[in-house]
Amino acid sequence: MELSQRQFSRKTAQSEFWAGCRAIIPLVVGAIPFGIIFGTLAASSGLSHAGAMAMSAFVFAGSSQFIALGLLSAGTALPLIILTTFVVNLRHLLYAVSLVPYVRDLPQVWKLPIGFWLTDEAFAVAIARYHQPDPSPYKHWFYLGAAFFMYANWQLCTWVGLTVGQWIPNAADWGLDFAMSVTFIGMIIPYLINHSMFAAVLVAGLVSLLAHGWPHQLGLIVAAIAGIATGALVEQIKKA
Amino acid sequence: MNEFLLITGMVIVTFLIRYPVLAMSGRLQLAPWFLQLLRFVPPTVLTAIVVPAVLMPNDQLWLDFSNARLIGAIAAVGIGVWRKNLLLTIVIGMLVFFIWQWLL
Repeated sequence: MELSQRQFSRKTAQSEFWAGCRAIIPLVVGAIPFGIIFGTLAASSGLSHAGAMAMSAFVFAGSSQFIALGLLSAGTALPLIILTTFVVNLRHLLYAVSLVPYVRDLPQVWKLPIGFWLTDEAFAVAIARYHQPDPSPYKHWFYLGAAFFMYANWQLCTWVGLTVGQWIPNAADWGLDFAMSVTFIGMIIPYLINHSMFAAVLVAGLVSLLAHGWPHQLGLIVAAIAGIATGALVEQIKKA
Repeated sequence: MNEFLLITGMVIVTFLIRYPVLAMSGRLQLAPWFLQLLRFVPPTVLTAIVVPAVLMPNDQLWLDFSNARLIGAIAAVGIGVWRKNLLLTIVIGMLVFFIWQWLL
């Protein structure tokens, strides 16, 4: 009995991979309308069919892909689009640094897919898995499953948008994007266990509203940093 | 406009943000105070994504009952705090959002 129970609870690479796929489902659903809209808008922005697919396949960063489309249709110079991409995607640096303690001892070859597939969504579900106290040695497989599913879905939705996007009723009005909001809400709540976390989240939320008009997702980074600084400050005050 | 150059440039800058820190992670020694700071990253980043998406879906503050996202989010927070169950939070939040939108 005890043995079978232990076997049941033992995590394998494969079980972690599928658990990662399952965990990211709501975020995959939330990304569907954006992928379709990206594919649909690509043609009218002057990006070719192949160009749009290549962008989703090799850049794989939703917000920056949208902003690139907007800049393209406005006739923006190429270096400026690339610079903007850099600024928009800068938040991934926060994610990469946060993952360092968990990936440092992995074989080097693992760090390639982890880096290439780093998105808001994959980071959110993977860091929640890494924070769980069980000592599974296969948590990176969880990340891989989640990130792979996110990637496959993004390619599929881009392709759907490119091919039949014109005939699909406005994907922005479906409300599926709200799936991301409720998922993130459910993921934030477990962190709110003390005053410093509360203060950090409160300030991040306030600053994100004040800075929402700022271009290129800069508001997001500034809000996060303001929240982090506040949390650290509250922690110091309580210690003193 | 050269599409190939555009996409190659975007690929390079994006990858150069995501990958190098991970590639060097084996040799990086993060100070304890810095690791403490990193604990705040997930909740603050997620909050900074969610709050404008819920309260400013059309780039303007929308704080009344006609905002179905706001109602869905309030339901999600309530259920999340009460039951501490992620799946339940997602399902109830989406249900309340869709029903509210349909009622409006």
